Amino acid sequence: MRHARLELWSRGTSFAHRRHPAAKILVTLVFLIAISSLHPSQARAAIFYFVVLTALASAAKLPVPRVLLAAAVVLPFACVFALMSFFAGAPEKGIAIMVRSWLSALTTVLLMATTAQPDLLAGLEALRVPRFLVQVMQFLYRYLLVLIEEAGAMRAAAASRAGKASTLEFRRASAAAGVLFARSWGRANAIHQAMTARGFTGHIPRFRVLRITAADVWFVFGLVGPVLAVRLVLP
Amino acid sequence: MSRIVEVRELRYVWEDGTEALRGVDFDLEAGETVALLGPNGSGKTTFALHLNGLLKPTQGTIKIDGLPVIERNLSQIRRKVGLVFQDSDNQLFMPTVLEDVAFAPMTSGLSPEASAEKAMDALRLVAMDHKANKAPWHLSAGEKKRVAIAGILASDPLLLVLDEPTTYLDPPGQRSLATLLSELPQAKILITHDMPFARMLTKEAVFFQDGQIAGRGPVDQLAAHFNW
Repeated sequence: MRHARLELWSRGTSFAHRRHPAAKILVTLVFLIAISSLHPSQARAAIFYFVVLTALASAAKLPVPRVLLAAAVVLPFACVFALMSFFAGAPEKGIAIMVRSWLSALTTVLLMATTAQPDLLAGLEALRVPRFLVQVMQFLYRYLLVLIEEAGAMRAAAASRAGKASTLEFRRASAAAGVLFARSWGRANAIHQAMTARGFTGHIPRFRVLRITAADVWFVFGLVGPVLAVRLVLP
Repeated sequence: MSRIVEVRELRYVWEDGTEALRGVDFDLEAGETVALLGPNGSGKTTFALHLNGLLKPTQGTIKIDGLPVIERNLSQIRRKVGLVFQDSDNQLFMPTVLEDVAFAPMTSGLSPEASAEKAMDALRLVAMDHKANKAPWHLSAGEKKRVAIAGILASDPLLLVLDEPTTYLDPPGQRSLATLLSELPQAKILITHDMPFARMLTKEAVFFQDGQIAGRGPVDQLAAHFNW
């Protein structure tokens, strides 16, 4: 299962893995704001963020090339908007869109690759995100995996009969989407029943008690300071 | 022996008007094991879902260990009745085996340390303690089934309800599961089409047909009577 890769990475024991999830979410937010507000002319700042993020991935003992590749998943979408800028006569804006998208995705992948999903939700709760929203995220994540699994099963079934599942035309794909929804609904219902049967009442208890340490504080200030400074100072 | 399950005149009608259960009476004593047999759609799983309060009866009453299955008793009922679903993948949703098994104790209010201890005890019972830190999706079908059972045992249930427990298991996995289940002291309800498996675990069966119990008695006698 593809989603298992991020889960596996998130169970490491590096310095980055051990940081409090709320600290990592804060740092991620600062990175995202700094990156998304970069001006097309701030190439040096973009390079700095890339170096810092790559160094963090390496320090977290993650396979850097695969992390960089995982972040590239956003590029096809960003490419559409980049092309629009190219055709509008602003190629530098197009390049900036691609770079910002990739760096933002890289930041998010790093957060997910160093934080187990229940810890991530605990971090959001610690940051006072409404519990209802956290629950929605929790289910979204679980059911997204269901959707991926069901889509994979349908694709295999189609391939076994048609031989060319990868070249399904749009009409057939749209019909398959309806079936996928129905199947996923059934699976999601079964999962909810299984959770309810085991006493689930809307809140997944945290197995580990997470406490903010001095290292977490250093982690936040050690990264937030340079990230903001570079954004504000470097041309 | 004390009565663990007491069901009277249970009726259930689905939203589309289909009558799934039509007046079921059923009793089970502590430590007893019974197999629920019958064709697909005869109401076996619908019946099982009522025992844990996942479905509300249209009519009739259910008592578990003397406690009526009603809204305000549901948290107690769900600790007493452990449902093991057909597809273990639906049942295992935490990132590691240990966290998954500890889910019910944690939900019931035990501390993380006490829950972990309880979960390890349950994992030892099903011989899966060495996989405690693995992700559930890295396990084989037989291992997932054992972990799903451990997840139920961790809440010290009085009754285990297993829906098609041998699905996805190879013959050695089925035999090993039968051995494990036969060693557990809880009362058990096995919903199964697998007759050899049913025979390994119990001599008594109930035959469901059209939402009713059409017969109860020795497994072989019922199988012969209903040409099963």
